[in-house]
Amino acid sequence: MTKSPRLWLFITILIAFVMTTPIWVLVSFVFESGGNNWQHLMDTLLPDYILNSILLMIGVASGTLLLGVPAAWLISHYRFVGSRWLHWALLLPLAMPAYISSYTYTGLLEFEGPVQSALREIFGNGVSLWFPEIRSVGGAILLFSFVLYPYVYLLSRSAFGGASQHALEVSCTLGAGPYKSFLRIALPMARPAIIAGVTLALMETLADFGAVQHFGVDTFTTGIYRTWSGLGDTSTAVQLSLVLLAFVGVLILVERWSRKQQRYFGGYAKGDAVERVVLSGRRGMAAFAVCFLPILFGFLVPSGQLLYWTVTTAETGWNNEFFELAWNSFSLAFITAVVAVILAVILAYAKRISANKTVSQTVQLAHLGYAVPGTVLAIAILIPLAWLDKTIDDFFYENYQISTGLLLSGTLFALVFAYSVRFLSVSLQSVESGLQRIKPSMDDSARTLGASSWNILGRIHLPLMKTSLLTALILVFVEVLKELPTTLILRPFNFDTLSIRAYEMAADERLADAGLPALLIVLTGLIPVIILSKLMDKSHA
Amino acid sequence: MKRFNFTLFSTLFMAVTLAMPVHQASAEEVVNVYSARKAQLIKPLLDEFSKESGITVNLITSKADALLKRLESEGRRSPADILITTDAGRLHRAKESGVLKAEIDRELLEKVPANLRDKDNYWLGLTTRARVVVYAKDRVDPKDLSTYEALADSKWKNKICIRSSNNIYNQSLVASMISHQGEEKTAQWAEGLVKNLARKPKGGDRDQVKAVAAGQCDLAVVNTYYLGQMLNGKDQAQRQAADKVAVFWPNQQDRGTHINVSGIAITKSSKNTANANKLIKFLLSEKSQQWYAETNNEYPVLDGVQVSDTLKSWGTFHSDSLNLSKLGELNPAAVKIMDRAGWR
Repeated sequence: MTKSPRLWLFITILIAFVMTTPIWVLVSFVFESGGNNWQHLMDTLLPDYILNSILLMIGVASGTLLLGVPAAWLISHYRFVGSRWLHWALLLPLAMPAYISSYTYTGLLEFEGPVQSALREIFGNGVSLWFPEIRSVGGAILLFSFVLYPYVYLLSRSAFGGASQHALEVSCTLGAGPYKSFLRIALPMARPAIIAGVTLALMETLADFGAVQHFGVDTFTTGIYRTWSGLGDTSTAVQLSLVLLAFVGVLILVERWSRKQQRYFGGYAKGDAVERVVLSGRRGMAAFAVCFLPILFGFLVPSGQLLYWTVTTAETGWNNEFFELAWNSFSLAFITAVVAVILAVILAYAKRISANKTVSQTVQLAHLGYAVPGTVLAIAILIPLAWLDKTIDDFFYENYQISTGLLLSGTLFALVFAYSVRFLSVSLQSVESGLQRIKPSMDDSARTLGASSWNILGRIHLPLMKTSLLTALILVFVEVLKELPTTLILRPFNFDTLSIRAYEMAADERLADAGLPALLIVLTGLIPVIILSKLMDKSHA
Repeated sequence: MKRFNFTLFSTLFMAVTLAMPVHQASAEEVVNVYSARKAQLIKPLLDEFSKESGITVNLITSKADALLKRLESEGRRSPADILITTDAGRLHRAKESGVLKAEIDRELLEKVPANLRDKDNYWLGLTTRARVVVYAKDRVDPKDLSTYEALADSKWKNKICIRSSNNIYNQSLVASMISHQGEEKTAQWAEGLVKNLARKPKGGDRDQVKAVAAGQCDLAVVNTYYLGQMLNGKDQAQRQAADKVAVFWPNQQDRGTHINVSGIAITKSSKNTANANKLIKFLLSEKSQQWYAETNNEYPVLDGVQVSDTLKSWGTFHSDSLNLSKLGELNPAAVKIMDRAGWR
């Protein structure tokens, strides 16, 4: 590699450092003593936290793979009934916050709920004895799989779409059937993207609080919250979250390692417009079923329940306030998405061109933000912001007798910063897997022709990575729309979002009233998802 | 490099515009509220207050613990004047962590019964709620019911529903029991109670009522206002469920039923203390107290305020006069007891 420009290096390290401040803040708690609460946790609940978190990870990894990969493969290589709209409809569960989905499913499947009541009507009372409990680890695995498979679907779809048609054609001419070609050629080529998708889904699962709390599954996040709020012990709570982060660190290492094992470049060879095979009759129906099932349980059922609540039992109806809430949600999500993608491009690119170990390691750290439970992250952000505010205030006061007060804490800047820290990993995963499919030889040829790094990025990489960039934008956008804990803790005065409204109703046990804001989250998320999905198709052509 | 500078510039520009603080013009009368009470249960009153007094109210709602952390980290620069919570334990914790000041007007403090306010005058209660036993009208004879303690009696094996110990209302209930009978007895009681549970603790208070109605259990422990909301809500199924149960007031023969408050305090950083007191005065007015009693089925802290028909139908009760600061002090001990008892 050529020597990287110093400025570039400096900027990258600076960004990476700023984006990982909350992690450093958390690490600084390592040596704080939380009294005897650690001992208490180890004696009582910690084993459960660890076991449940591991079970969830294994379950959700399998679930998202099973739901996401086959659908992505079918959509990118075949034509069948409904494949045109399934193509984007498979993204719909992205707009469904996990905790909201958990409310709808418990409402439907509980002992007192419509499903079990109907069964009791039909078969008498014996049935409910063996009806599976939705509020369990198993239930949570299903819920997360149906809500989070779109990560796997989206990232693997863009990988399959770009998978070299040549290689596949060659394998077919050599007599390999479609299954064999898929397993031997396409799957290994798409592996980095698939694993990136699974990693995202797992990080989201580990950081989730609302859904596991509602399902009564004790994981690290519920334990962290209980330690913090019930025992009033912040330092032990933070140490618990560091244990969680260690988990995630292992996850990320595994992902890197698997990427290192095999590397394929050449995902962007010329003429990779995919010829889609037409499936008709029974095979077409089967393909349809495989793609429709995730949408049904990940989106249609929960949305249907929300709609039903909104129409039938909600105490409060539509009013103009919802415009403001939707606008707040939308603008925050949009700004953050742009910021997170810009940062991701800078970081991913710096990692690519610099042979410097420090750079690539700091970039790795930036992934961790996504796995920190939102509540913990928000508090870890409060601390440095407050310090910065104090420093600025003191400086101005000493020199100019002006008190600047709180410049950053409690502003939208604080929120966008927090989201960017939290979701940088999402945009990075997508951007990196896109960048990885570009042969380094391309950079080298461009360089020999006298192009600067900047030229290469602007004229070769970005156009080639359009799909990955759009993917990153969509993902971050929708994530921010759904985000709750960070917003709850850091937002400014008189600033509410749709997810805050949904939460407040639900926390007050007014689930029906949570229906309308939740539906609006889904709708607000839907439009950009569809638009961007269309744009992605264009960029494929 | 040109384009690069542009990116950098626009990012910075965005950062700066986002960071524009909402400056409070000093000419304008304001009061800034951090509330752990959900917007739907505080905003209508705050709007009314603004209309009457001309004072602008700025509001952030969040979880109590988060607001507390925010107050701590913002320190003396915090814009907050008022902290509102839905339990006494959190107010106590706020006082302990030094983010409150004892500057509530004396006349306001004196309106509130002594056990519903802080002994050092840092906070006061605005509304009261009781945590009661509800029972299935068709299966349980209220004569068999007596106290919280008796819920651990083996005659209730597999008959009781209660929500998770993660919930603050359960934590406060257990804290009150520790306060009355010590840790050891409370730990035994918790173990006994867990043995009597009909199902793993799950859902909220309304879910426990539904479970009693559906026959999964005979008794449940819930906050009064949830039952009130179910009885008066639009949801047909919830109304039917709530109709199948009745309220029992535990411990009427001894210390009285466990209660908690939603309460209010003035923050140490407050720069609008006079307005903060005006707001507290407004929330303690008969009109506001009545609003809570009507809309949320909570008990007023003032005597002689008209309550909702639902509350009237439950009759009067004798409440535990334990000073509520105790609930905050004993919260960690309560959580540990529940952990050890295996109360999920």
